[in-house]
Parts: sequence; C-alpha cells; structure tokens
Amino acid sequence: MTYLAKPKLHHPDLPKNSVGHTRRDYEGRISTLCAGCGHDSISAAIIQACWETNIEPHKVAKLSGIGCSSKTPDYFLGNSHGFNSVHGRMPSVATGANLANRDLLYLGVSGDGDSASIGIGQFAHCMRRGVNMVYIVENNGVYGLTKGQFSATADKGSKSKRGIANSDEPIDMVGLALQLGASFVARSFSGDKQQLVPLIKAAIEHKGAAFIDVVSPCVAFNNHSGSTKSYDYVREHNEAVNRLDFISGRDEITTDYAPGTVTTVTQHDGSVLRLRKLDPEYDATDRLKAMDYIQQHHARGEVVTGLLYVDPESSDLHEHLNTVDAPLNRLTERELCPGAVALEKINASLR
Amino acid sequence: MKQITSTNDFVIKFANVNGSGSASANELFARSILRMGVPVAPRNIFPSNIQGLPTWYEVRVTENGYQGRRGGVDLMVAMNPQTWDADIKEIEEGGYLFYDNTKPLPQSKFRADINVIGMPLTEICNATYTDPRQRQLFKNIVYVGALSALLDMDPNEIERLFSEQYKGKEALLQSNVKALRLGRDYAQQHLGGPIGLKIKRADNVGNKIFIDGNSAAALGAVYGGATVCAWYPITPSSSLAEAFIRYCQKHRVDPANSKNKFAIVQAEDELASIGMVIGASWNGARAFTATSGPGISLMTEFIGLAYFAEIPAVIVDVQRGGPSTGMPTRTQQSDVIACAYASHGDTKHVLLFPEDPTECFEFTAKAFDLAERLQTPIFLMTDLDIGMNTRLCAPFQWDDKQAYDRGKIMTSAMLDSGRDFGRYLDVDGDGITYRTYPGTHATRGGYFTRGTTKNRYAGYSETGPDYIDNVQRLLRKFDTAKKLVPAPLLYPAERPARFGAIFYGSTSPAMQEALDVLASRGVHVNALRVRAFPFQDEINDFVASHPWVFVIEQNRDAQLKTLLVNEAKINPSRLLSVLHYDGTPITARFIVDQISQHAAARTVVPLKKVVS
Repeated sequence: MTYLAKPKLHHPDLPKNSVGHTRRDYEGRISTLCAGCGHDSISAAIIQACWETNIEPHKVAKLSGIGCSSKTPDYFLGNSHGFNSVHGRMPSVATGANLANRDLLYLGVSGDGDSASIGIGQFAHCMRRGVNMVYIVENNGVYGLTKGQFSATADKGSKSKRGIANSDEPIDMVGLALQLGASFVARSFSGDKQQLVPLIKAAIEHKGAAFIDVVSPCVAFNNHSGSTKSYDYVREHNEAVNRLDFISGRDEITTDYAPGTVTTVTQHDGSVLRLRKLDPEYDATDRLKAMDYIQQHHARGEVVTGLLYVDPESSDLHEHLNTVDAPLNRLTERELCPGAVALEKINASLR
Repeated sequence: MKQITSTNDFVIKFANVNGSGSASANELFARSILRMGVPVAPRNIFPSNIQGLPTWYEVRVTENGYQGRRGGVDLMVAMNPQTWDADIKEIEEGGYLFYDNTKPLPQSKFRADINVIGMPLTEICNATYTDPRQRQLFKNIVYVGALSALLDMDPNEIERLFSEQYKGKEALLQSNVKALRLGRDYAQQHLGGPIGLKIKRADNVGNKIFIDGNSAAALGAVYGGATVCAWYPITPSSSLAEAFIRYCQKHRVDPANSKNKFAIVQAEDELASIGMVIGASWNGARAFTATSGPGISLMTEFIGLAYFAEIPAVIVDVQRGGPSTGMPTRTQQSDVIACAYASHGDTKHVLLFPEDPTECFEFTAKAFDLAERLQTPIFLMTDLDIGMNTRLCAPFQWDDKQAYDRGKIMTSAMLDSGRDFGRYLDVDGDGITYRTYPGTHATRGGYFTRGTTKNRYAGYSETGPDYIDNVQRLLRKFDTAKKLVPAPLLYPAERPARFGAIFYGSTSPAMQEALDVLASRGVHVNALRVRAFPFQDEINDFVASHPWVFVIEQNRDAQLKTLLVNEAKINPSRLLSVLHYDGTPITARFIVDQISQHAAARTVVPLKKVVS
C-alpha cells in the first residue's frame, strides 16, 4: 500500500500492443490493500494478460462483490466500467450485464468469502448457465476485511492466526466448478505469474464460463505456519499438472518438444492452447478424470494447479438463449416495439 | 317460495375441485355472456395446490359493467362435495342451487329458502363416455350447456367460441359441441326451462377487451422495450413472466434468422433475478422482474444498491396476502410500505398503482421510461385480483410516434466534445445525472459503480459532506419524479360533497360502484384515485378541501394512509381508514357499508363550517 500518486507521464518508448496501448494503459488506481497481498499480484497478472491479448481496456466490464478481492477491480483497467455490487451477488449482476451486451469482456473478481459462502448459490448457477465471462476467485481462506475469520475454503485442521483449528470441511471451488459444468477450469497461485498470466489469457478467449481459482495468501491474517493458504505452504505443496502457452489465432506451433509432453487444444474460435505436460498422465479435456485427480491429490495435501479442464466445444448462455447477434442494449423501439397495428390485432383477439 | 328474478345483473358461482378441468369450461361460460354484449366480471378463487382442493369461479353478470366483486351468490353451481355446506350457506335467499343429483342427498343438506335444481351430470356422462378422463372433462361442458338453457342464453355464441378455440381440430370441436348440446337438451326437457335469472342480449361491451393483468403487464413490457427478464416462480406473478415469454416468441423473434431479440432467465432465486435486472440495466438494456411480496423481501438489499448507485430497474409486484407465506393465492395491497422504503438506510422508491389490465399495460411500458429517466427502481404495484383475473377493460393503445425515453446518456460524441462527465454530477438541477454505458469511449466516461458513498465524480468517499450532497440530490430527484409519474385522477361527486375518498389500484372498480350506490342514497363523495408515489400536490389540495377523507385500502395497517401522513405531511386526524384485508377482493357493498357508518356518525357540521 502506498500513498504516493502514480505518475501519469509515461516514457514515450514504452512498448505498445497491437491496439496501440502500453501496458500502463491497463493500470488502475493505486491499491489500498496490504503490502505483499496476493491480490495485488493477481491484479498485475490481469493487467499483463489484457495487454498481451490486445483487448481495448474500455471493452472490458469489471464486476465484483464485496471484500478485499472485490475492491481490486479499482486497481486495474482504470478506463473500464466497474461494478462493485453486493456481497456474493457478482455472478447475477455479471449475468445480466452480459445479456445486455454480448460484445464486451466480462471479468468477475471475487473472493472465497464472496463466492464460497454467501454467494455460493450464485456462483453455482453462473457456472451451470455458461455465462461467457472470466470468473476469478482470489482465494485466501479468510475474511480479510473483517479481520481474519475462517472462510469456507479454509482446510479442515488448518489454523487461524490465533492458533484455533478449523473444524469444518473445506469447499473446493474447482471441484464445484467442474461438477457444475464450467467449460474452463483452472487453479493457480498468486505467487506464480508465469503460470497465471497465460491462464487468464486463455480464459479471456474462452467462450463460456471460465473459472480460475487463484490461491492468494493474506499476509495480514493467513500467512502463518499452520495455514494451508500461506506463501510457504502453497510453494511447498504446489502440484502443477501442466504449463500453458496461449496462442491467439491459428498460429503455427514451431517450437519442438519431446514427443508426448505437449498437448494442443484448439478452441471454437481457432485459438490454440498448448499444454506442456508436467504430469504425463493428466488429460485436461476429461472432466471426470480431472475431478478424480484433483480429489486424490487434495487428500494428500497437495494443491493441484494448471489448466485443469477445458471443453474446446464450449457454448455460452447467449447461444442457449438464441439471442440476436447485435447487443440487446443497442436495439431501439424500431426493433423492439411491435407497434400500434399489431396491438390492434391483439385487442381484437381479446374480444 | 321467493325466486330471485334478474336480467343481466346477478352473481353465479361455480364450486369445483381443482385439476378437474373446470377452469376452461367456466371461462367459456363467462366469455359467451360477453359475446351476448353483456359485461361480466369473473374471479378465480383458488388454493395453493394443483389437484384435489376446492376452487371457485365467480362470475358477476353486470349489465352496467361494474367490474368489482359484488358479494353474495344468486346461483351456485355446487360441484364439490367438500365445500357443499359452506357453498349452500352462501346463496342469497330466493337464489338457486344447481347440483349433480346422481347420488341422492338427504333433505338436511339443503335449505328451504332456495330453489334447488338437480341434474344427474355423472349419470349422463357415464352413459355417454367410456373414458374416465372424458367423463370428468365433459361433465363441465355438460353443465355449461344446461346453464345456457336455464339462463336463456344464445347457444350459438358458445358454439362459435368452440369453433374459434378448436380451429382445425375438428374432432375436439365436435365432441365439445356434442357435450354442450347434451346438457342443454337435458335441461330443456327435464329441468323446466329458464329460471328467474336471465341473460338478455345487450350492447354494453363495446370495444372493450377481456384479459388478465399479468398478461397485460407482460405485453406492456414487450411494448416498453424490455429485452432482459429475470424471474423466479412465485404466485401470483409467475404467469406474468410466462406471458412475456409467449409474447416475445410471437413478436420479438427476428424473422430473418429466427434469433431472439430478448433474453429471459428463470433465475435461481429472487436475489439473482434482481441482480440480473440491475446488471442488464447498468449495461443499458431495459430489464425487469416480476415477483410478489416474499420476493420483494429477498430483493431488498439489491434494491437499495439500485437506489443508491442509481441504476434503472422495473419490478412488478403482484401483491398477495402476507406476511410470510401468508395467503399466497389471495389478494391484498399490503406491500405498499415494504416497496416504498425497500432497503436499509434512507430510501424511497417510485411506485405506480394500476387499476386494471389496461393500466397494467400502459404503466409497465411507461415504467421503463421512468426507470431510465430517473435511473432508479420503479415498482408496478399490481395484485392478484388484477393480475390473475380476466377483466373487461378498455383496449390497449399505442402511439407509434412516441420514442422510448432513454434518459440522460452521455455518448461518445458528447465526451469527445469535452463535456464534463461526473456520474453523480447534477448539471441540470433536477437531481438526475448523466450516465455512460460501459464500453462507450476509449479514454473518457469510464467510472466505477459501487454501493459505497462516492463523490460527484464517482470516486470512493467516506466523508460526511459527500454523503449529504449525494442523498440531498436523491431527494431532489425524487421531487422531479412527481412531475413524471401518472397524476391522480379526480372523480367529482354530482353534488357538493363533504366527504372525500382516496383509493388506488384494484379497489377501483368496487369504488366506482360504491360511489354510485352512495350517491343514490344521498351520500355524496368526491373521490381521488392515487396512481403513483411520490405524491403530487393535488393530493394535499384534495384533502384540504374536505373535512374528512376516507382512505380505502386492502391491507390491515392503512399503509397508503401511513405514506400520505409521512410523505405528504397530511394531518392524520382528517383521514378515515376503510380497510379490507381478508384476502378476497374488496366489494362495493363493503365500502358502502363502511362509509355509510362513518357518514352517519359524522352528521354533525364540522366546526370550520359553523364558524365560516
């Protein structure tokens, strides 16, 4: 956290992306979170991913609920519209916003309190409807803004800062997302930008509900020994199944890899996901095996990360609802109102 | 024995078992009377149940077109043994009982002062049909046929309705006509022809239409340009969303590619419904939800956000009896306070009170203009009585020249021209500020929407002056709303009147009738129908010009009166409440009785008059 204003003058030679923006054009206000907070690293990864995918910043709508994580949309993409809604209710607001204008990118940022407790219902239904959005949960296992109460993702037996052990079973957001039909499911770690940025980029290009659970340590209330969401614990127990290279468009894959170590997944829009396998057994297009794998490793205390599942043939809510191609918010009375002549016919049918 | 005789002015009630197929037969009966040019006012009285429990359908035949419930029953069609005793009791002295006498009933089950007409409906149907379902379904048509003879109706009108309903389905048409004639012929041959109650062809229906308020509101949403509807099933509002689906499928599918110019989501709960509405409206689409009281309770947090962050939303509240699950299939006007002040913190919302399906259509369409102009939630306060009963009302009207009022939207061109954009900056003095749609401009006009306090430029703020600046402006905006919402309508008495009466919503038809009855008895009352909140000054003027003003409501706690006292600063001692809240629609008889009692107690000339 800093009170120093960010300088607005940029170096003229800062590199620009294909839509003419520097990386700094994707920044937001200065974060008010604690120094070292994992959430700030995620904001930085979002900035990097958006810049690299050449998205125009104002074509992104940022949505969040309530909590530390939900404050972060103020700290990236300062030219985008943001909506800090109601605790646990970001998914419904995002769903409505998405229905109104299918042309924007919807980036939902939430926390484990927001999405695994009060908002678990909306999280579930957003996944099963296939709302075309990136849904990031910044998962630290505690309620930060209210000073350190356990959240529903805290592991059973993990200890609070005051040494109290959590007696409740944890909710695994990744497991839920898989079970509920999310068509893109990933887990990452705020401390591993190399892994996280490509995942966000791939999620942005994905059509449908793309969920990323990012373990993001809370330096103030959950970074001690006995916590399973601390920097040290996650580093020691991180079990990455793959590393992702995201390639937009139908670029040819030229780099050579040892046979059997790379899988490519071509998505509906032609974008290619190139997965460098760390576990040769892992198949990221098999939902059932992914669920099984994650559960087994979780039982061993390991945090499985990487692109855990992707459905290359995914569809989204607009497709299910068969809506017109034009954004609904652009339709006028000319397209929407049946008019007086039709009304007279309706009147006649009611006599 | 006395026999009630009346032409075109009586009440017939059908006591049925729900799930037995009676509803469509009963509605057919009501429609055929309309086709004879005689107005009817039908009402469904039904349980929160799908099959096996008692249900009633009451048809008021009313040559002069009174659409309120009259009270009392002149002819009971008693088809449900479960409710027999209560049904018999309800018949007026000299009235008629029509029943299925296939199984004999003891004399003790009848009343001596009513006219009993028995017809072996079950026996006739069992003899004619072999399929058990047909035996049940056609029993309903057979009694409609018998009634057509007893009430001297034109059977051709019923047959015409059949041929419209079963166009292209010849077998269904023939079997229905057959059942109808079966009943009619039996009644003519064995029941002694017409009774004292008669339907005589008239010309009092005119160009009126016959529709329920929920369908009308749904059509209003189509005409008003709603593209997003998010809802959760709840009686009595579900049929509104379902009607919206039907109308959209008919009128909103692009013929070029069969794609939908609408998005309807059945949400997981009411919290999600209103969340989707707010998300869509924030993003520039016209969106609405339909619900009832319990849904409003669940939506309250979000409604507060929409008020404070200034996001349009249209919420149709089809009110039922509360609190809690209350009387889910009965009617009340008991969400007035809950909606007016829905949210924690200092909050006020715009309410619209339609009187019938015509206004449901008109006000729903208008609600979208109001929501976008005022950037705030707009409540359409209808109820079960309007929403779920087919009502004879004025035809819908639409002016093709009128454009949607999308409110104050700052466009990309305006931003480029250097206009100062502050999301909460009041540049016109009306309390309404400019908004931008997400994605408008690459470098300008972006802002952060939040439920926390903010300054005029949407920046996060926790300072007192910013808070006060914001909420005072919201009051200015609420004042602006007064000029935009439907004005109250005055119904002046024909003679100078000491009493005034304020009423709203579904009380309207009973009130109009009560005013006529009271006038005929020498009690003259000026009436004012309130059609919206915030209240306009006309309401204060109206109260000021009468020593006493009745406020007629369908709730226990005099909710509109509370709002009048609270918000219009009306002296409560001037207001006399007439309250009806047993879940049945208010009747003219009730209003007349209550007002007559009050009037009798206040025959003393008020002091003001003595002095002047």
